[in-house]
Amino acid sequence: MKVIFLTFNKYIELVLMAVYTIQCFSVFRYSDEKDRNGIYIRQDVGMALIYFLSFLQLYLQMMDINVIRFYIITQLLFLCVILLFRLLYPKANKLLVNNMCMLISIGFTILVRLNFQKAKKQFVVVLISFVLAFVIPLILKTFNRLRRFYPLFAFTGIAALSAVLFFSSAINGSKLNIKIGGVSFQASEFVKIIFVFAIAGILTCVRSNKRILISCIVAGLHVLLLVASKDLGSAVIFYIVYIVMLFIATGRMRYFWGGLMGAGLFSVVGYFMFSHVRVRVEAFMDPLGTIDNSGYQIAQSLFAIGTGGFTGMGLYMGVPNRIPVVEADFIFAAISEEFGVLFGICMVLICVSCFVMFMNIAMRFNDMFYKLVAVGLAVTYGFQVFLTIGGVTKFIPLTGVTLPLVSYGSNSIMVSLIMFSVIQGLYVSVKSMNDEDNKKKAKD
Amino acid sequence: MSKKKSEHSIMENLDDEEKTIERTNKNIVLITIFFVILFLALICYLFYFTAFRSESFINNSYNSKRTELIAKRIVRGSVLSRNGEVLARTVIKNNEEIREYPYGRLFAHAVGFSSQGSIGVESIAGFTMLTSNDPVMLRLRNDIKGIKNNGNDVVTTLDVGLQKCAYEAMGSNKGAVVVMNAKTGEILAMVSKPDFDPSDVVKLQESIDSGDKDTPFVNRATLGLYPPGSTFKIVTVLEYIREHPSYEDYEYECNGRFENEDVKISCYHEQKHGNLDLKSSFAESCNSSFANITSKLDTKKFNDTCKQLLFNSKLPCPFSYKESIVDIGRNTKKSEIIQAGIGQGKTMVTPMHMAMITSAIANEGVLVKPYIIDSVKSSKGYTVREYTEKEYKRLITKEESDILKEFMTEVINSGTGTKLKGTQGYDVAGKTGSAEFSEDKKKSHAWFTGFAPVDEPQIVVTVLAEESGTGGEVAAPIAGKIFEEWFKR
Repeated sequence: MKVIFLTFNKYIELVLMAVYTIQCFSVFRYSDEKDRNGIYIRQDVGMALIYFLSFLQLYLQMMDINVIRFYIITQLLFLCVILLFRLLYPKANKLLVNNMCMLISIGFTILVRLNFQKAKKQFVVVLISFVLAFVIPLILKTFNRLRRFYPLFAFTGIAALSAVLFFSSAINGSKLNIKIGGVSFQASEFVKIIFVFAIAGILTCVRSNKRILISCIVAGLHVLLLVASKDLGSAVIFYIVYIVMLFIATGRMRYFWGGLMGAGLFSVVGYFMFSHVRVRVEAFMDPLGTIDNSGYQIAQSLFAIGTGGFTGMGLYMGVPNRIPVVEADFIFAAISEEFGVLFGICMVLICVSCFVMFMNIAMRFNDMFYKLVAVGLAVTYGFQVFLTIGGVTKFIPLTGVTLPLVSYGSNSIMVSLIMFSVIQGLYVSVKSMNDEDNKKKAKD
Repeated sequence: MSKKKSEHSIMENLDDEEKTIERTNKNIVLITIFFVILFLALICYLFYFTAFRSESFINNSYNSKRTELIAKRIVRGSVLSRNGEVLARTVIKNNEEIREYPYGRLFAHAVGFSSQGSIGVESIAGFTMLTSNDPVMLRLRNDIKGIKNNGNDVVTTLDVGLQKCAYEAMGSNKGAVVVMNAKTGEILAMVSKPDFDPSDVVKLQESIDSGDKDTPFVNRATLGLYPPGSTFKIVTVLEYIREHPSYEDYEYECNGRFENEDVKISCYHEQKHGNLDLKSSFAESCNSSFANITSKLDTKKFNDTCKQLLFNSKLPCPFSYKESIVDIGRNTKKSEIIQAGIGQGKTMVTPMHMAMITSAIANEGVLVKPYIIDSVKSSKGYTVREYTEKEYKRLITKEESDILKEFMTEVINSGTGTKLKGTQGYDVAGKTGSAEFSEDKKKSHAWFTGFAPVDEPQIVVTVLAEESGTGGEVAAPIAGKIFEEWFKR
């Protein structure tokens, strides 16, 4: 019986995952949240089933009672989150709530399998972040003058990145963390959010070219500081986010294409200027030829993905721990190895549906500031997903960023959750404002 | 500003604002589409990678932990010759899986082994043999019963008869033999000596660790870099013909040595070749004449020709291999370039690469990718995949290949390869080489590379015998036996 279960479970989970993914896109057929409700509930059931089956498989192989404890506690947490959102913020977008839980649950599953200790740590951070996630929409609702504080945001961002550059020690050649009271913060993660707010604030009034220049200087400083800290992945994300926001704010297409061409130019310059960029590109071009040094990570990742194939080795039946930093940057490789590439593709599509929903929400705002914030956060999220998954699959050179909500890392997951809840908060507050407007209009 | 006016402008602003919002939303849609396309490209790539590219990664020896894991679920398939003889198989003795090699040492490098690392077909098709393409229902039934499934069998292009012949012809010589089908690129035989018993790798490993310097595990055919000696004159003469359309007027008086301010070159055993034209210089393999020829070449163009013939570059080789080396650059000393022109100095080449150059000449200038895996069959005998000849690229023009063919025929008819003259029912074209590799001029590596028949080439044979004598005396007769075996059929 156990053997039969272990043999077939991956196929059952794959089917459930595929159904869930299709539902992620079928919600876009309805524009009203009420009509989508049936789909959401079916998604919740599917999600719970996948989570249950995964942990049953983990337990059958690890035979550790703590696995069951962990399962029960986390499943309760997801249930609470979904119910609380429905209760506290009935107007919140439930697709984002579901996907948020889905991605975190996949992360928990693979983390328990890779390193139980880290899974527990991740759980604590997720718990704290969820509390924040519930408070943030409330703050945004009552405190809607955020746009005026852009100088503060811009200054904080630059100061934080400078502090990291000048006061932190390098890990693996890049400077990322700064320690405050024993807790290490990856500044670039948190700055991602306030950067979007800063740029949105500056660009909201676009009539003057002076504003564009200021935004350019602020964004340029951020990117340069990140390049100097050798945090290439974040530098690329900030850059792309900025040119998209500039394009949306001004409506001038040439900024976008010009920015992209500039990115091409910068990468060529970077290639010749920095040896660590060249090393990455070499590893990308020929991972097997450089397997003894720079190509080792990416080669191991491709071994894992390739050996797993379309349907995977089965949970706890592969050897994903052979991949370096598998819990963080390379978590997609581990998921692909054990759940299969098809499952991995479904996960990519879930991330895409989040991104599209972010953009969809951005379009509903009448206020340019909110629009810019939503677009900025959407691109921050979407492009990071693209960079990390493209990197570990050798579609593009590796940049060393995490997969939001899935990867292990307290900063990464906290910031990702804050990002999701900021969007929810804007959505909820603007929606209720619009509703009030509509009511007024109806009265008139 | 009056109140009325400001109200008016607010109304206008509102109108403007709506337009801006509409335009902005359009742009947001554009950005969304842009990113969705990026993701779709990524997903297509993931499909492509998993379906077509992943195998070359999975078979890597660094991935052995994962292949071991799969081996717990699947019985490794067999390696077969082109005629279906079993070259490697997994049998169960005393409840233990054992890899058997019925031909013992004969295919030690070509088929290889797969325990504690792997080489040969066992390495490049390792994962293929650990994949089962039996009917799904059968596999599921086995999974449930807890019985291992059977992996796919790999049919190679290897010919047992030719392999035996090449192996025996090499005798106790160290070195390598490569035999390919001239038209298709199928590798028919591949021998490297010294060899080892692939079923007893553990024992051999111990002897190596204790200081055996013969490196029997190294497949000399693809990993052995040797000075090409006179076989490199194929490249030098080609370059001379390219630069001098009136090459037929070339004349040289050989007195056994070539001297100028940079370098002193002497012919083999200081033999005086007398009056030579280009063809006889090539046929007699006159070092002095070729030193003279090289001194007349344009360095940059010479280097380009070497590159076209795949020196210092990647080879379309199914096995792990070493790139051949030639150093002809702007900063290379004149004396070193002249050494390179006669295949000495820093120039290094693998027997496999020499066979590729030869096959391109035999094949009207086009190199066909050498390959060793003919097809993959499921354990029930159904064909999963078949491989056929694939053109790699044109290395030289048809006219050039015709001239080289003519020159290489002359080597056999009147030059250093006369041991292969007067064969029954076929004629041979080729080039010999006796490559010096140390200060001791008495020792040399014997080379022969050639094909037969001249007009409709069927097979290409490249032989290298280390420290054994001259190409004409040692290597050519070994090749002769292989040609004999092939045309006997």
